[in-house]
Order: sequence, then structure tokens, then C-alpha cells
Amino acid sequence: MKLRRLLAMTLRVLQQLRHDPRTLALLFVSPALLMTILKYVYWSNPDLFQRVAGSMLGVFPMLVMFLITSVATLRERTSGTLERLMISPLGKVEFIGGYAIAFGFASLVQATAVSSYAIWVLGLKIQGSQFALIYTAILDALIGLAIGLAVSTFAKTEFQAIQFMPAILLPQLLLSGLLIPREAMPRVLSDISNYLPLSYAIDATKKVISNQGSIVNDSLVIGLFLILILSAGSFTLKRQTK
Amino acid sequence: MSSAISCQKLNVVRGKSHILHDLYLEVPRGAIMGLLGPSGSGKTTLMRSIVGLQKIESGKVEVLGEAAATKPLRESIGYSTQSASVYSDLTCIENIRYFSALYSQNEKSPEEILDEVDLAKNAHQMAGSLSGGERARLALATTLVGSPQLLILDEPTVGLDPVLRVQLWKLFYQLAEQGKTLLVSSHVMDEADSCHSLVLLRDGRTLAQGTPTQLREQTGQKRMDDVFIALIGQK
Repeated sequence: MKLRRLLAMTLRVLQQLRHDPRTLALLFVSPALLMTILKYVYWSNPDLFQRVAGSMLGVFPMLVMFLITSVATLRERTSGTLERLMISPLGKVEFIGGYAIAFGFASLVQATAVSSYAIWVLGLKIQGSQFALIYTAILDALIGLAIGLAVSTFAKTEFQAIQFMPAILLPQLLLSGLLIPREAMPRVLSDISNYLPLSYAIDATKKVISNQGSIVNDSLVIGLFLILILSAGSFTLKRQTK
Repeated sequence: MSSAISCQKLNVVRGKSHILHDLYLEVPRGAIMGLLGPSGSGKTTLMRSIVGLQKIESGKVEVLGEAAATKPLRESIGYSTQSASVYSDLTCIENIRYFSALYSQNEKSPEEILDEVDLAKNAHQMAGSLSGGERARLALATTLVGSPQLLILDEPTVGLDPVLRVQLWKLFYQLAEQGKTLLVSSHVMDEADSCHSLVLLRDGRTLAQGTPTQLREQTGQKRMDDVFIALIGQK
């Protein structure tokens, strides 16, 4: 792996984002808008908003990042630029890595923006540190990003890529402990949830909200998952076609 | 010195269809070789086999003295696909800077490359807003980054007006004079005369190979279209 090529790749993806103001606007505005709607949906029961909003802070950026990254390498496939890159010295790890860093940066800004908005504008109050909450929101967004990139190398068409959201992301959401604590699920389901990255992100968020327990282990597990998912993505990418 | 491209008994099978049959091809260094044939004759598949994008069933493909699809070759082959493979949401100069940065050695600067394809004035224009001809030239420019010794150009002049075609062919000659080898595909037969030598493909088989003059003498025909038809008749 060469740092020079990884940087060039990262810079190029960021440049593309910069030239696309509408995507940038949607990236930041839509999660904030969703949080605002959530606040007013629970208008008659503000306590419920305080309980739900913290976890949802991670979910919205995750969904957005998943959708954006899941079509990213497909765009390259359809425009022919992927083939152009596959005959160049650019490595597959550098290709996926560049996307991950560029969109990781976007995730960071997005999750920070929507969390700050929820905390300081919508008046979200939590027991733990506000900065820790921003941190867990970023973790959620990174999970969405990594899974999106991985399915993107796997899918052949945009139709397929988009459908990975109900197929891969939403089951994780149901099993993550967001709706009901994982311990309260049937044994089989809670066992399965142990192998899903999102469960650890929701665990961490809950710990931050209630200010109970350390999130170091959850962070490490998520970090490991991110590396595994992204490696799987670069592994599925093929230089040659049959 | 070894040939720029050497294919021996090359067979490519995609799914159930046998695309290339026992194909032989020798391209000497510094030549402009035209790859002609009707659409569906296997031109693109042959080019993809040479650049290392296509899995081959059997046979041998050697490029610049190395087996095709090996790592060192990635620094020295330029390839443009039929659809202009550029990022439409980047400017021309950003496109070229990006591709240049992927190579360990660049013989020309991004500005020089844009100048060579006559796009210097469009440097800061988004690739998506270029005209068809400009876009084709930008795609060609992306093959000139790094220090390519071999350029594989898949129908680089398709859909271009005659003036632009002449301009591009001028550029091809300049590149050949710089010592580069070019393999250019086309289904426009009147471009054949611009090539040093030709290979005619049909149904994945080599129909004929030689200089334009040789093929004319062989068939007794004047127009390249007629040469091609005569060669099909001979088989």
C-alpha cells in the first residue's frame, strides 16, 4: 500500500463531494430534519423524546451514510472508471480505504453536526457526557459507511445495492436493542445480535445516555468489525472478469 | 527487444459463448496497429485480455515482455474504454491530477497532458459539461498519465466529426514518434489507412493481418470496405 495513492483517492472522493452541493446539503440537513420531526412527534410526551432521541442520533446518520456509500463503487462500475482504476497501480485496499477515509470524514462532520443540533438546539438532555454521545453517533455512521461500501462492491446494479438496506441493515437495527433490550429477546435472537456490529454501537449509546459503564470495549469491537467489513469489501472487488 | 504485444493461441470464453478462437497477434514496438472488425467480433474482449481485465481460457498473452495482468505492467499501459471513463463531477484538471497521482512516475505534468489533447482552455471546466469530442479527448488524456509505453484505445474516434478525427490521428502519430505503441480499434474502415499495420477480426478469429498496402494487393481491391468484404469471401 502506498500512502500517496491512498491520499489521492481520498482527495478525489472529497473533491467529488465538494462539487455536489445538493448531496452535501442533504447529508447535513436530512438527519437534523428527522430529529426535529422526532421532537415534535413526541410533543405531548417530552420524556419519551429524551429516552428515544439519544439512540436515534446514531441511526439517522448511519442510514444516510449507508445509502451514499452503497452506490459509490457502483457509480464507478457503470461509468467505466472502475476498470480504468483496476488497470492502474491503484490497489484494492487503497481504493476502499480512500472511500472509507473520505466518507469517514463526512460521517464525522455529519454526526457531530446533528448531535450538536439535538443537544443544543432541540434540548436533548442525557446523564452522560455530550461529547461521548457525539462520539457514539460517529461510530454508528461509520458502521453504515463500512457496510454500504462492502455491499457496493458486491452488488451489480443500483437496484441490488439499495435493497441491501432492508436485507442487511434493517435486521441489524431490529436486533440491536434499539426497540427492546437485547437481554429481553428470545435467546436465539440475542445470540445472533452478539455478532452484529450495530448492537455494540447501541450498547455504547445507552451507556452514555445513562452514564453507566465504560464504552472502551464496545469501541474496540466496533473498530474490529469496521476493519473486517472493509477488508471483505476490498476482497470482493475483482480486477479481472470472467 | 520483445514485441509490445504477443498473443498466442488465445482463447476467451465468457459464459457459454466462445469469444476469441486460437488468436495470434504480434504488435511491434512503436507501431500504430489498427484493430478492425464489425461489432461483436471480439475487439473489446481482445483489448481487455491485453490490459489484464479479462480472464483467459487458454493460450498466452505477453505485453512488453511480461505476462499480461501482472503488477509491473500497470505502470506502463494506458487504456481507454469505449465509454469515456472520466469523472463527470470533477474538472478536467482534477481528473488528470488524480489519475497522475496513482502512478509512481509521470513523464508529463497534468497541464502538459491537457495541452497535448488541446483541452488546456477547458482545464477548470467540469468533465460532465464537456461536448462529446472534448470528453473523448479527456478520456484519451487519462491514458497518457504515468509513463505509458503501450496505449490501448477502444474506438477512440467513434462519434467524432471528421475534423476531430484527423486531429486525434495526428496526436496518435506524435505519440508513436515518442516511441509509444498504439493499438487502436475501430469499425470505421477508412481509418485503416492511418495505421501502420492492421489486423482484421471476425467472430473472434483473425481474418487477416498486414499493412494496408499488403491487404490491398492480396485482395486486389482499392477501398478498405471492399478489402474487408473480399477477405470474408476468401475464407
